[in-house]
Amino acid sequence: MTEPSPAPPKLPVSLAANSVLSSWIRFSREGRVTLSPGKVEIGQGIVTALAQIAADELDVDLGRVQMVRASTAASPNEGVTSGSLSVQQSGRAIRYACAEIRQIFLAAASDQFGVGTDVLDIKDGTISGPGNIRTSYWELADRVSLDREASPGAAPKASTRRALAGHSVQRLDIPDKVFGEPRFIHDTALPDMLHGRVLRPEMPGAKLVELNEGGARAIPGLIAIVRDGNFAGLVSETEEAAEAALSALRKGTTWSSGPTLPDESRLADFLKSEPVESTVIDKRTSPASGEARRTIRRQYTRPYIAHASIAPSCAMAQWSGDRVHVWTHSQGVYLLRTDLALVLKLPAENITVEHLEGAGCYGHNPADDVALDAVLLARAAGGRPVRVQWSRADEMTHAPFGAAMAIEIEADLDAKGDIVDWRHSIWSNGHAARPGRAEQPALLAGTEIANPFPRMISRNPPQANGGGADRNSIPLYDLPSWTIVSHRLTTMPIRTSALRTLGGQGNVFAIESVLDEIAFDRGEDPVAFRLRHLSDERARDVIRAAARRANWKPEKRAGTGYGFGFGRYKNTGAYCAAVAEIEGAEDIAVRRLTLAVDVGEAINPDGVINQVEGGAIQATSWVLKERVRFDDQRITSNSWTDYPILRFSEVPEVEVELIQRPDIDSVGAGEAAHGPVTAAIANAIFDALGVRVRDLPFTRDRLIAAMELSA
Amino acid sequence: MPSIRFRLNGVETDVDADPDSSLLAILRGPLGLTGAHFGCGSGECGACHVIVGDHAVTACDTPLWSVADKEITTIEGLGGAENPHPLQRAFIAEQALQCGYCISGILMSAAALLRQNSKPTSTDVKAALDRNLCRCGSHNRIVTAVLRAADEMASP
Repeated sequence: MTEPSPAPPKLPVSLAANSVLSSWIRFSREGRVTLSPGKVEIGQGIVTALAQIAADELDVDLGRVQMVRASTAASPNEGVTSGSLSVQQSGRAIRYACAEIRQIFLAAASDQFGVGTDVLDIKDGTISGPGNIRTSYWELADRVSLDREASPGAAPKASTRRALAGHSVQRLDIPDKVFGEPRFIHDTALPDMLHGRVLRPEMPGAKLVELNEGGARAIPGLIAIVRDGNFAGLVSETEEAAEAALSALRKGTTWSSGPTLPDESRLADFLKSEPVESTVIDKRTSPASGEARRTIRRQYTRPYIAHASIAPSCAMAQWSGDRVHVWTHSQGVYLLRTDLALVLKLPAENITVEHLEGAGCYGHNPADDVALDAVLLARAAGGRPVRVQWSRADEMTHAPFGAAMAIEIEADLDAKGDIVDWRHSIWSNGHAARPGRAEQPALLAGTEIANPFPRMISRNPPQANGGGADRNSIPLYDLPSWTIVSHRLTTMPIRTSALRTLGGQGNVFAIESVLDEIAFDRGEDPVAFRLRHLSDERARDVIRAAARRANWKPEKRAGTGYGFGFGRYKNTGAYCAAVAEIEGAEDIAVRRLTLAVDVGEAINPDGVINQVEGGAIQATSWVLKERVRFDDQRITSNSWTDYPILRFSEVPEVEVELIQRPDIDSVGAGEAAHGPVTAAIANAIFDALGVRVRDLPFTRDRLIAAMELSA
Repeated sequence: MPSIRFRLNGVETDVDADPDSSLLAILRGPLGLTGAHFGCGSGECGACHVIVGDHAVTACDTPLWSVADKEITTIEGLGGAENPHPLQRAFIAEQALQCGYCISGILMSAAALLRQNSKPTSTDVKAALDRNLCRCGSHNRIVTAVLRAADEMASP
């Protein structure tokens, strides 16, 4: 009888796709390690976490690691920095590459000194062994070629031997940011740089009828006015002159009306009446299901939500003949390049896309759009670089938004009140229209130029990649049977694309609200109810940890309420449980959020906690305040006054308990909290006021409406 | 163009520019100080806060003429890697930011607060920062960092 042979070892996904070791790591004679990941810093601290992983595996001090910004000229192609996947993908690739590189250098030292690698040791890059033999990465750098393929089977250190990963270290990018050093793309000046601005209509999709250039031409410093179909913009010597010329140009412009926008006050009706493509996401049946005696049917809605980055999107571009160099804060330099090539009808090799840090983006914001704007305007700049920055109003009007959702759940209960069947239906636009993934570009100006591409209708990533509108719609609970259906709109009057969690926030809100309602009807504690329906021990642990930390359930005081929410992001990522303490009646204040999180191995624990705190606070802002506003033509929430977000005086206390699991592969943290916090706040409102709120955001008007409905 | 004079980070500075220019455009453009950030252009987000006299103001909607003969401090004048302000040290110690685009404006609001109130409570800090927006959700760390800096500045 033959033993089944073990599966051959495989390279981590990102390393398999970019398998030349030198594309990731290089050593210099001067004692530096250069690490070149394909993922980018978007304020999440990824650059630091990746440096920690490399320093750990190579046995060098963190201070020796220099991080290279992603560029299509040299970096590994790691797709997009999104979906809380960077530590999972890039981190794993770097860990395995470094483990192999360490062995390669040990073997070189072993050859040189004629001793076995097992007697050699590495400390801060210096390789030493018996009899005072000594060399280093730096001395061997010229002799050891890393221009070779990674081989499967490298053995990274055991978690117990890691000195840096798993420990909180200070982020490498933070000093520059507190000293006001120019680190952002917005603060970067290229030699001889010009400034561009794009003229966009107030009404998305409106057509340019007449452009009167006279006023703008009278502004000193103007270099060029560019018009290509419905795309119009200008280039000036200075930013101030560009702004002045833009307002003059705007005054001389006539636009047609745009497509009619839906009725904002009847979002669910709109979503449920549009043409859709329907997909059964998952179906489970059990012959043992009991007989249904009653059905509860609930509908939840989420509005369009803006990314609303604190910085308006910005890019720079410079042409040289038929080649163009682009500087961008895009989340995916290669994907942006693909779309630029489609619009420009140029081979991708003619385009170099280089990353510079921007502000937090929270998903697919106009970072990619403004890059094409800069490229189009820079054509008129005679080879000089052009920097383009969007206005706040354009950022809040023309960006893709997180898609509105209507979610309906029907739960069949048997005579004992146990759930015997569960049906979850979603109506929503797709949650992803990112660049670089289709035969047509996803960039805004691509729909405006003279031979326009159609606006890309958002799609949903497959469940295997976490799903889109359907993300987190499959229950994690042990229910006997369910049917999950997603109806994706095939029209898109309001532009949507990826916003943190995609559909996860809406689906967790809906599921956790229904469960809370069922538990309450049964007179059962909601935490006990959840635990009774969960067999996954990591899920049970975060729920128990959050409950313990929040002293669940605290004694009730007048005007306060406590609610619980749980989710595992994408059903495969981070586990998170949240307890919300709220106060108020018509105006809700969230006083405290207590969370427990399990991301597997936390490379930089303080970084993980920072991400979870931020996610919890951002979710509170979405829940209490955020809603893209529009009339039948215009997006009207185009300023911070009309699109308010949570302020310092409104921010809850946030406590995060991190459950460390050093031997379980890392998953990301940035999107773990949004769903559970949303549900916890909704359930706390019921605890305080006795009303179920099912339409986000929970503004004063919505609460009054919910109270009137329940009265 | 008329010349407008002010003290910028302790240095007498003359600027020849349209007096209606925004202070932010002048700082970031001809003066090359990019620490104050453009966020909205209408004084709503606080990313461009600088201190004029003793008060934090939004540089994006402060006209140049209004700062003639005034004392202006920007993030670059607050401190640097060689001589960090206690607030900057505290923000690093508390890792009190995520993307950091809002942080120079927040540091300037906090610095203005500490000039007027050396022992603020967390409520005071939140009130002082209420006109600064942070989109990443770093608020609580920021408040902790400001209180830490105040403590450090109060102790001999």
